[in-house]
Amino acid sequence: MMNKKQKPMIQEMIFGNPSSRKAWFVFAALAVALLLLPFATEALLGRGWVRIVDFALLYIMLALGLNIVVGYAGLLDLGYIAFFAVGAYCYALLGSPQFGLHLPFWVVLPLGALLACAFGVLLGAPTLRLRGDYLAIVTLGFGEIIRIFLNNLNAPVNITNGPQGINMIDPIRIGGFSLSGTHELFGITFSPVHLYYYLFLCVTLLVIFVSLRLEDSRIGRAWMAIREDEVAASAMGINTRDIKLLAFAMGATFGGAAGGLFAGFQGFISPESFGLTESVMVVCMVVLGGMGNIGGVVLGGALLVLLPEALRNGAGPAQQALFGKTLIDPESLRMLMFGLALVLVMLWRPAGLWPSTQRRRELSPDAEVAHQEQESVYDAAK
Amino acid sequence: METLLQQIINGLVQGSVYALVALGYTMVYGILGLINFAHGEVVMVGAMVALSAIMLLINSGLPPLLVLLAGMIVAATACMALGYAIERVAYRPLRNAPRLAPLITAIGVSIVLQNLAMIIWGREYHAFPQLLPNSPHMLAGAVINEVQIIIVLAALAVMAGLLVLVHRTRLGRAMRAVAENPAAAALMGVDINAVISVTFMTGSALAALAGIMVSANYGIVHYYMGAILGLKAFTAAVLGGIGNLRGAMLGGVLLGLIESLGAGYIGDLSGGFFGSHYQDVFAFFVLIAVLIFRPSGLLGERVAERA
Amino acid sequence: MHMPHTLQTLPLVTLCAMALVACGKSGIPPAAPSPAASELVVKIGASAPLTGPQAHIGKDNENGTRMAIEDANARGVTIGGQKARFELLSEDDQTDPRIATVVAQKLVDARVNGIIGHLNSGTTIPASRIYNDNGIPQISPSATAVTYTAQGFKTAFRVMANDGQQGKVLGEFAAKNMAAKKIAVIDDRTAYGQGLADEFVKSAQGGGAQIVAHEYTTDKAVDFTAVLTSIKGKQPDLVFFGGMDPQGVPLVRQLRALGLNAKFMMGDGGYTPKLIELAGAAAEGTYASLPGVPLDQMPGGKDFSQRYEAKYKQPIQLYAPYCYDAVNAMIAAMQKAGSAEPAKYLPELAKIEHGGVTAKIIFDEKGDLRGGAITLYQVRQGKWQALQTMSGAPAAAP
Repeated sequence: MMNKKQKPMIQEMIFGNPSSRKAWFVFAALAVALLLLPFATEALLGRGWVRIVDFALLYIMLALGLNIVVGYAGLLDLGYIAFFAVGAYCYALLGSPQFGLHLPFWVVLPLGALLACAFGVLLGAPTLRLRGDYLAIVTLGFGEIIRIFLNNLNAPVNITNGPQGINMIDPIRIGGFSLSGTHELFGITFSPVHLYYYLFLCVTLLVIFVSLRLEDSRIGRAWMAIREDEVAASAMGINTRDIKLLAFAMGATFGGAAGGLFAGFQGFISPESFGLTESVMVVCMVVLGGMGNIGGVVLGGALLVLLPEALRNGAGPAQQALFGKTLIDPESLRMLMFGLALVLVMLWRPAGLWPSTQRRRELSPDAEVAHQEQESVYDAAK
Repeated sequence: METLLQQIINGLVQGSVYALVALGYTMVYGILGLINFAHGEVVMVGAMVALSAIMLLINSGLPPLLVLLAGMIVAATACMALGYAIERVAYRPLRNAPRLAPLITAIGVSIVLQNLAMIIWGREYHAFPQLLPNSPHMLAGAVINEVQIIIVLAALAVMAGLLVLVHRTRLGRAMRAVAENPAAAALMGVDINAVISVTFMTGSALAALAGIMVSANYGIVHYYMGAILGLKAFTAAVLGGIGNLRGAMLGGVLLGLIESLGAGYIGDLSGGFFGSHYQDVFAFFVLIAVLIFRPSGLLGERVAERA
Repeated sequence: MHMPHTLQTLPLVTLCAMALVACGKSGIPPAAPSPAASELVVKIGASAPLTGPQAHIGKDNENGTRMAIEDANARGVTIGGQKARFELLSEDDQTDPRIATVVAQKLVDARVNGIIGHLNSGTTIPASRIYNDNGIPQISPSATAVTYTAQGFKTAFRVMANDGQQGKVLGEFAAKNMAAKKIAVIDDRTAYGQGLADEFVKSAQGGGAQIVAHEYTTDKAVDFTAVLTSIKGKQPDLVFFGGMDPQGVPLVRQLRALGLNAKFMMGDGGYTPKLIELAGAAAEGTYASLPGVPLDQMPGGKDFSQRYEAKYKQPIQLYAPYCYDAVNAMIAAMQKAGSAEPAKYLPELAKIEHGGVTAKIIFDEKGDLRGGAITLYQVRQGKWQALQTMSGAPAAAP
């Protein structure tokens, strides 16, 4: 019964137009495709690509979490990876030989998300008055502060094991069923990357569902009101302080949950995984995909994880085809092409690959609102 | 006592380096309201181009200062061209786009420049030849060398020069007009695109100068040097109030002082619990504290409600 | 409403298709010339950062590995009666632990017979789990964290002394041979720098020296004047830096510029030609250590460095000889086992005795280099001069 109510919802988010029979069919096909994806990927491209798809799902979760802060509430957060780190370290500390604690994942994972949520509020509180680029630098600083603490808290008391990282983190276990082992089910062999894929997929769908509900709620509309005009929003009776804090807290919660999953999946974490470049990458995913639009953010997350890997082996053969020989190391060209792709995609679709309908309305040239968003040079020089 | 004096000198020099880069950031921001995140990489390109030019000339028998000057001119020219190209390609088409779109192109440009530099100049660290005199001078027990004095003076001179440019010249008036109200400026006959291009080119020439100063001070050049420098300078610019030239100078010097005093004394202040590994934490806490009380930086003007 | 909808999704679909095509392309291994029927193709996987701040060292690793493979192909190796042809699959791990696991899985997919890598401990450790799960032998040429071989993985080896072994020797040398009484320590807060510095501190204190200051920096810093100034106030007679040469160069320059007359010492991260080239006169007198016996005292060592310079038009940066040894030890084990199958030659690798250019490669039960010697060097008249080779300590138990 519940299912029937939920499905059109998800479908609506994916296709934007509900309840025709064709859409149902497409939805069913999509579900089957998602279920078969890891096996198809492995057969065609190898298991390494299944792992990449796993990471893509993790980053989609992160991007969706950041989307709440950046996309809905319009607050630029350049330190988002800190919440991912908090979740990951929470999981690692409570489920590894570090303290000899081995709490089950269904305790540790929510705890990590909750802790990240608290850190979200902690970050939000002093930044309420800040706008735009000032907010960006403070969030950036916050992200660095968390990383530096994680990196240094091995003395005088060893808490995080410092730069050495935490090893031998417990895998995610459901009952006696470890996701980090290879299992034989229904005559099919599931390796860890497959099992984690299904877990990550479930959590991602949950995050999508929550995001959808939030977008369509009073809170979601309040966020967008703040994004469009904070003063007007507060004049309309929105408690901007609480609503902004809520955005930070919600976004951080998703980040924390993703972090816990990351720790369980990798089995080893160290502070170098949580640097500034990671935060910047997540922002890129949100903006490039289409701020505020769940489909766009999912697309952006998937693309920015898959693209560098797809380029890994593409640069060598492409040179061979073009010039008949390898002129430049393929590995130096890979990141170059990635940077170029970022620029070109943004130039091609300035509002993101798949912008939200509302944003698109604002940006279409014939709409009245188009020129109200900014009164700076951006309009005048055109 | 001489330790304290030395720490202040360290902070002042480091801060002037930040200020030199921060001035370029602020220059562009003041006119366009846009953070040119690729600025750090332009600094790196400046240093690299200067190095190549200097290596060509170093055995020509010219006096070292002339070689450095030639390197500076080549680097400034290259960076101006680069700045113009970046604005033209990555920013201008996005003037009507959402606020964050140019941020992404800037990140993309940074990645491209970094990897391009890696391909051109290789993965190694390069030595930057010692062309400026750097003999140490004692000052009440503390040491300062000539390169360091030159850096502090250069930062001050650049700030003064920019203030004159913005407030005393026709071009400066046009810049201020564009910053104030681009539409009105256009109606008054200001060629907005030209003004913006010139602004970018000025900022990039400054980046070249900053790159050379940094390299002369530390003696090494690497294609990755721009990233961290850009980040620190951005922090400095925000601390002082981004868009404000005096603010960039003040923010830079303050950040330098906070870092050196933080690294030097944080251990004593916290009873040995925190050491110099918390230097950046200390700096960011100061930044956050400043921004809580002055949300637009130390010298920044109040941001208009709908900026 | 339908038209714009379709139009809007069109580029999206195209993009996805493009991404898929790109993936597809990369999935197919490059067409190799079809091997002769009797030829055995052995794939050696290698991974190190080839982009980013440590790319110069990563590339050096790749060069060393490539040279070993080309040498083996040139001299003709037979494994189990079959002529073997070695192939190198090199991947960039970007110094990122996450990317490292992706790369590891990809190399496993490509059915490599063995792995040379990774460069850093932070990437080597998470990747080692994947190699272990798939039973593929891994030799790291440069990861020094003690934990790497303490995980109980049968597949994990290294041809480099770990932090415990090296820090101990450095500390003893400082306290006893150099008779340093007051030592200041700086570490760069990386797994390598911190690990080495902590072991150094333990050993130096054990030798009777006093640690007068422990300061910190990062692996991206270029300005060390603040920490050096506070160190200067403590008047140490030795400054030890746990870190790599990109920081070592400006650090030693600033140390001298501030008028600190203490001796300066680094671990293997400092023993590079770049340190001398870039730091110039300031580098004079610097101490550094490197596992193994000096290259020119080893059979084939001098020949190796000459051929390396001729081939790559640059001196050895750091770990290339270790990569060279790692590959050759692996090949020797394959020959002994008469098979390149990971499961078959792994037991042989564990008990290999291979005379390499850096040391005699014998692994202990954990996979660490057994009793490896560690040599101390000093910069004298602008050149690294070997001072003394100390017998290596057994790997410290974690």
